[in-house]
Amino acid sequence: MTTIPTTADRPIHAAEPHHGGNYLNHAAGFRSWLFTLDHKRIGVMYLAAILFSFLLGGIFALLVRTELLTPGRTIMTAEDYNRLFTLHGAVMTFLFIIPGIPAALGNFVLPLMLGAKDVALPRLNLASFHIYVVGALLSVAAILLGGVDTGWTFYTPYSTSTGGPVILVTLGVFVLGFSSIFTGINFIVTIHKMRPAGMGWFRMPLMLWALYATAIIQVLATPVLAITLLLLIAERALGIGIFDPALGGDPILFQHFFWFYSHPAVYIMILPAMGVISELVSIHSRKTIFGYKAIAYSSIAIAIFSFLVWGHHMFVSGQSELAVVIFSALTFSVSIPSAVKVFNWLSTMYKGSIKLETPMVYALAFIVLFGIGGLTGLFLATLATDVHLHDTYFVVAHFHYTMVGGVMIAFLAGLYHWWPKLFGRLFSQRWGNVGAVLVFIGFNLTFFAQFVMGAKGMPRRYFNYPPEFEIYHQISTAGSYLLAVGLFVAAGVLVHSLLAGRHAPANPWGGATLEWQAASPPIHHNFDGPLVLTDPYDFSGLVWNDAEQGYDRRDRDKETANP
Amino acid sequence: MSATATPRYEGKARLAHYFDTRAQQYDSHKLGMWLFLVTEVLMFGGLFCAYAIYRANHPEIFLYAHTLLDKNLGAINTVVLLFSSFTMAWSVRAAMLGQRRLLAGLLAITLLCGFAFLGIKGVEYNHKWQHGLLWGDRFDYAALQEHGAGAGAAAAGGAGAEGQAVMSELDRAAEVTVAHGHEPAAIPRNVHIFFGIYFVMTGLHGIHVIAGMVVIGWLLRRAVRSDFGSRNYTAVDLGGLYWHLVDLIWIFLFPLLYLIH
Repeated sequence: MTTIPTTADRPIHAAEPHHGGNYLNHAAGFRSWLFTLDHKRIGVMYLAAILFSFLLGGIFALLVRTELLTPGRTIMTAEDYNRLFTLHGAVMTFLFIIPGIPAALGNFVLPLMLGAKDVALPRLNLASFHIYVVGALLSVAAILLGGVDTGWTFYTPYSTSTGGPVILVTLGVFVLGFSSIFTGINFIVTIHKMRPAGMGWFRMPLMLWALYATAIIQVLATPVLAITLLLLIAERALGIGIFDPALGGDPILFQHFFWFYSHPAVYIMILPAMGVISELVSIHSRKTIFGYKAIAYSSIAIAIFSFLVWGHHMFVSGQSELAVVIFSALTFSVSIPSAVKVFNWLSTMYKGSIKLETPMVYALAFIVLFGIGGLTGLFLATLATDVHLHDTYFVVAHFHYTMVGGVMIAFLAGLYHWWPKLFGRLFSQRWGNVGAVLVFIGFNLTFFAQFVMGAKGMPRRYFNYPPEFEIYHQISTAGSYLLAVGLFVAAGVLVHSLLAGRHAPANPWGGATLEWQAASPPIHHNFDGPLVLTDPYDFSGLVWNDAEQGYDRRDRDKETANP
Repeated sequence: MSATATPRYEGKARLAHYFDTRAQQYDSHKLGMWLFLVTEVLMFGGLFCAYAIYRANHPEIFLYAHTLLDKNLGAINTVVLLFSSFTMAWSVRAAMLGQRRLLAGLLAITLLCGFAFLGIKGVEYNHKWQHGLLWGDRFDYAALQEHGAGAGAAAAGGAGAEGQAVMSELDRAAEVTVAHGHEPAAIPRNVHIFFGIYFVMTGLHGIHVIAGMVVIGWLLRRAVRSDFGSRNYTAVDLGGLYWHLVDLIWIFLFPLLYLIH
């Protein structure tokens, strides 16, 4: 156990509840937010922008599901349907899931977990947010100009020949890529250079390992998307011919480039989610994480593997058979580090003292849904079954089980977990759990039906379908409405907590990582007392303090007195 | 620590409140820059990958089309950029040693080299434009047929020995495609693919040169103001790293586009 001295002029008890200033009321006014360099405020702004994008993407999803309620036209034309599923995919992917956990939650907790005052490059951090807003506005402008119907993958040659503001959307995604790169650079530098004395690599919270692995992918993969989109823009604007078969170009090359980024990108989405779950499972089971090093290394292993499997999106595109077999084998190998994580989470819970607090309920939902999502991926990695399942709803369901059942659920888990730290308010656990259960049931109804109809041959992205698929589409649509209700309950719980929630103690869950030694919400410079640095999953020193309604460090005064 | 307490010419970097030491601050900024350079390498990596694929699949296009580029101008530009990298590296040293006049002078020379590079590139682009040696649809095959190999030789800017070398390369290019050497039919299909790649690669590189010149211009302004000194040279150092990368990319582009065998 070590103590970290902070340069505080008032050496007071860090866990003492703060009745004075915090980062939220440190400065007032619109400009004090828009041009802040404080990682916490940038995180909160990101959170607001990301939740707005999530709402937008969710509305598109509900419209798509409503249209699919009956065969043929239900509420919109086929062209509008094509635009809507494109926008749903693009908004959810590039504006919500990719930045969701790293840029919003990660920005907030990363420096706190390191006991630092800020990220290493705060200006770059702010620039990342401003660029995100510009990219989002470009994409929204494209919606107002009629939308695009290419699908979120922008495959050539359709994307170079169809109408609509394709250039605007791709430019928006290009700009968003810079935002993602800047966040990644910032996290790598911060984790390398700002760790406190006594926190070696293997004493970091696993969330930081996950964010580090994510940042590596962001830095290495996103530039390839950037050049791909630039070439696509050049193709459309100038007719450069690199992807255009009419000019001797190769459209499959676009798919290779696109998936060289976009496959690692799904690990940009899922790795931070796994980091959140690693934290939550341990804290809410009150038991040391099982297999710390295995989880840490598996994050890095996933980051490495993620670059070697892009070809599994292209099994039926006409790749060479040799390439297809190699990509298939490599894809199976990704399941190893993923399974290592799941086994370790389960082992952590085994004989733990599991508390069904709302974040933990979401974490449990994550393990179930990610398990299903991961295992169904094996069917798609298998060549023979993939030829049958390719471009069916089975793929859609698999993707949504990992990205929604995985990432979105983990995002909500993390949001609830750190909510008391973010805004200093407690929320209703009961209603939080009601929301979580509704989300879980609604989600499974929506997407399990899609597994079934996909296996029966229902192609993805189709406007019309034969009547035998109608029952599955109706179950799926009903499920999506229930999912929406669950999400509104979840949002209502958080809004209620902001307005009428009890004040949160510094450490409501009994976490041993450093962010729980800051006040809730933290002061402008994060910490004002010496910090006690222990193993991030050693809960032995934390005892419940009834007066504070939170956990307190039993040995704190003794340790601070004799460091 | 405040700006008023320390005269500007002292050239002392401000230590941001979230860092503990200057060394930590300097290391963080430098690591951040290196990571940014990694992203740049990967972005160009996509283009080099496209180049490799098309060259492997259609070597005849590359063998033929590169003769339409002007090797001399390309070589001069290589020298210009290499020289600018030298002055840039020297200016980092000058900043570290607190040689303020030398620093400003070297940055000015580096900036001028940037202008020279763009000027020469502009001459080349202009030539391609006039001869219809462009990308995709815009490529003017009729003009190329008309001028034939002559256009190639003229484009290579060569007479005498230089012209001979070009002609022999044209021969080899022709052998790869069609048996009849110097006939206009020797022009392989899809030459415009080469020019598509040429313009994207050199164009993106040109944008990076402009970005680098903006950075150097900003450094020059601060150098004239005597902002830099032995304890504050991070900005010059990082700007220099970026400029070297821009130079390095050209070092790869030049042989890959101009010097094909």
